[in-house]
Amino acid sequence: MNRDFPFDWQALPQNRKRYVLASLAATVVFLLLLLRLWQLQIISDEYYRTLSEKNRTRYIPIAAQRGRIFDRDGRLLADNRPAFNVTVLRQEVEDPELLLDRLSRFLSVDREELLKRWNAGKRLPRYRPIPLAWDVDRKTLEEIMENAVDLPGVLMETRPVRSFPLGSIAPHFLGYLGEITEKELGLPEFENYRPGDVVGKAGLEKYLEAILCGIDGERRVEVDVKGKSMRILKTQNPQPGNQVFLTLQASLQQVAEQAFDGQAGAAVVINVHSGEILAITSQPTFDPAQFARGLTTSEWRDLQTNPLKPLQNRAISGQYPPGSIFKIVTALAALKAGVATPSTRVTCKGATTVGDHTFRCWKRWGHGPTDLHKALKESCDVWFYKVALDVGIDNIAAMARELGLGSALGLPVGMEKSGLIPDRNWKRKRYGKSWYLGETLNAAIGQGYILTTPLQLATMIAAIANGGTVYRPHIIKHIENNGHQTMQSVEPEILHQAALPAFALDAVREGLEAVVNEPGGTAWRSRLDELPYAGKTGTSQVVKLRDDSRDEKLIPYRFRDHALFAAYAPAQKPEIAVAVVVEHGSHGSSAAAPIAKAIIAHYFGLDKQTPTSQNTTGE
Amino acid sequence: MFDRRLLTHFDWGLLLVVLIIAGLGILNLISVTSSWTTPTAPFSLKQLSWLGGGLVIVSIICAIDYRRLEYLAFFLYAGNLLLLLLVLLIGRTSMGATRWLDLKFFNLQPSELMKIVIIITLACFFSRNEQVRGFAFRDLWMPFTLLALPALLIMKQPDLGTAMIVLMIGASMALFAGSQPATLSGLGLLAGGAATGGWFLLHDYQKQRILTFLNPESDPLGSGYHIIQSKIAVGSGGFWGKGFMKGTQSQLSFLPERHTDFAFSVFAEEWGFFGCVVLLALFLLLVIWGLNVSRQASTRFGMFLAFGVSAMLFFHIVINLGMVIGLLPVVGVPLPLFSYGGTSMITTMTGVGLLLNVSMRRFKF
Repeated sequence: MNRDFPFDWQALPQNRKRYVLASLAATVVFLLLLLRLWQLQIISDEYYRTLSEKNRTRYIPIAAQRGRIFDRDGRLLADNRPAFNVTVLRQEVEDPELLLDRLSRFLSVDREELLKRWNAGKRLPRYRPIPLAWDVDRKTLEEIMENAVDLPGVLMETRPVRSFPLGSIAPHFLGYLGEITEKELGLPEFENYRPGDVVGKAGLEKYLEAILCGIDGERRVEVDVKGKSMRILKTQNPQPGNQVFLTLQASLQQVAEQAFDGQAGAAVVINVHSGEILAITSQPTFDPAQFARGLTTSEWRDLQTNPLKPLQNRAISGQYPPGSIFKIVTALAALKAGVATPSTRVTCKGATTVGDHTFRCWKRWGHGPTDLHKALKESCDVWFYKVALDVGIDNIAAMARELGLGSALGLPVGMEKSGLIPDRNWKRKRYGKSWYLGETLNAAIGQGYILTTPLQLATMIAAIANGGTVYRPHIIKHIENNGHQTMQSVEPEILHQAALPAFALDAVREGLEAVVNEPGGTAWRSRLDELPYAGKTGTSQVVKLRDDSRDEKLIPYRFRDHALFAAYAPAQKPEIAVAVVVEHGSHGSSAAAPIAKAIIAHYFGLDKQTPTSQNTTGE
Repeated sequence: MFDRRLLTHFDWGLLLVVLIIAGLGILNLISVTSSWTTPTAPFSLKQLSWLGGGLVIVSIICAIDYRRLEYLAFFLYAGNLLLLLLVLLIGRTSMGATRWLDLKFFNLQPSELMKIVIIITLACFFSRNEQVRGFAFRDLWMPFTLLALPALLIMKQPDLGTAMIVLMIGASMALFAGSQPATLSGLGLLAGGAATGGWFLLHDYQKQRILTFLNPESDPLGSGYHIIQSKIAVGSGGFWGKGFMKGTQSQLSFLPERHTDFAFSVFAEEWGFFGCVVLLALFLLLVIWGLNVSRQASTRFGMFLAFGVSAMLFFHIVINLGMVIGLLPVVGVPLPLFSYGGTSMITTMTGVGLLLNVSMRRFKF
């Protein structure tokens, strides 16, 4: 039954009101929706537009070529080469277990190790491929390429790494690169770096990071939600890093490094008129190519546990008692103070006694009557003991400081040590005790508390050579941008001008010349006939040995004395200064001087003449 | 039986509004799916065929006098309730919800059917029970039970969105029927209490959706992803939009469910505020047109029927848009005529058919 309405009730105002209300309610709700759309699309339009841009665009960095490092003559020391890394794009891998299994066979890397790398890579954004192997060789690369079908998601990435065309050259100073750490990423100077970037970790690579790194380029790519790139929107090419020219001379550096022949020690060669470091080496050394490739755990452990500590930079952070080289300082102090003249005579009987202590000369039977010339030439200890008593430790220490010893010279690369020049004040502060006279005697011959670095010894002998000017040693010559314009060049900087009376300087130089060039001089066997040079040997005691008649070869290595030699060449109008330390090399004359000789000979081109002269005699 | 006057009184305007909205929906779908590589027929063609099917249903419904439905109301209701029970017993489960009955050739979703059936049932009840001073509490136990039974069954599936729609349709129809002020406020309190209590009955994923809605940024890649990406799509559209097929959010697949529940955000991204105003105006026109059909109905049954259908359309539109633009939590409610999907299209077109039916029989003779 269909009920009809008793009257046209829909015309009733009450019902009319309900429709008006319902329509109004619907309209109001729609207006609210519209208001919200207005807020999203008109007011916050910019904000959401940015978000949607961020959604769809990815910035793929293109690594900039790291700046190259040259020697002073433009010979390439550190270059870049492409290294092939094996990476995996996560979203294309369906069965990671299987893939890692297969890859481990190609790469000959443990499955567990690969799994570790895979898991570590999961922290990267989804679109970033996970690196599984670095710097794989060409053969492995080809094998993987051939089997690409079985290895879905596996990609090859090339990344520039350091290469060293001349082999290992001053690796302690060039330094090495490594992946940026989380701690570094938090620092302001690394604000433009991303996780996974490679930065200088040591040496010049670290010091010149900002200059060498260049500016990474980037590719703006439109991607879909899976991170698959759809098209390239824009490419900005990277800007290579700047070129750095060092003061080093590659061939001289090589000669210095090879001259050690496996012994531990350091050699420094500087230009006496500028402080430019021409060669600087610390032995034993390490292979920077290993670092570039990425050290394996065992390689790293070997470097760490090697008793000779190849990672230590002995040239600037090795501190050695200078031994008899310090006699130069004692002599200058005495001459300047007027307590001795070049002709002051002391009769050496092999020892002298102060209080109840006997201080021995290295030569058991003594040197007989000795003046400054002979004292330097034959390295007589007794002469210096005598004058040291008159001049006093404070004068000696002051002279040492004037010549650049006792404080760091300000080489910005590596961890330079300051050495130590003791005096009365120092001892009181350090030990709370007063200075003993016997300690003055020890100091006079470069033993006791005195410590110097090879770099300081080279700087000191250079000051003797150039008339007393202490230059700040430097290793960077100039920096060029990619248009070969010089951006920065390092000028010689005078740290200090030592006030040395001319007569004193002349007398000491003459003595040093005799050391090498007169028979009986301690370095006579290392003379160069073609080129007279000047120098001073030193032997620094590691431990005091009671029985000095024992055969040196029977003394355990670690108890043998250090051998030192400081020289400048040529003797007249000097150009270069050389300091050599051979750890546990026993005698400066036998172990250190030949190395200096080889360096000097090479610098002046004397080592090349030998084969030529043989040729001429042959014909 | 067929009266020529029915054709002359046919509400062409309503059909036109419906077709325009559906047309825009298909256009939008073409854009959404342009970057997809589907081996089968494109989504837009499928949607077009659903629309065709919907029009067939419309004409079938129009052919039958709606007043006959009043007698069928009880059977329809009882039958649908039975189907809802069957769903819980032998229904097909997909994505954690049991909503479908497998009828071999297609999957029936009884909860969707219930939207229409509850309208018919309540229209039948309210047309027969008239309270001049409005309904009091004791008069409402019957429609309340009629409403609660299917709502609980649908909630159990679980399908919060549909259950809410069914409840809202019922509530608005009761409200429209008129109730005493005391009853009204009492019901309001009851609803508030039920909402609070209901929180504890919700599934974890449903709670998560509501929490996510309140703070989508708390989980941008998980449950907040839908809302955030949708807001980005809508917001980045600006005033004029990014242009047809140029919406990066949808073309590059950042937007999930962009052909179904989130179809509007694609439209908003590509057509901007301007397009949204046009579409919203069309939807509002549809709702108000429905209300107008109700006002002009020749019987009380027809009046409630048309009102119920208008309410159904209204709530679908508002809940879907509210969800897409981040005003309401994400509940799976499609946008009528606009979202891709056969079920939604059939339900909506059945409703439209009922509206047309009431409209063309508005004159008493």
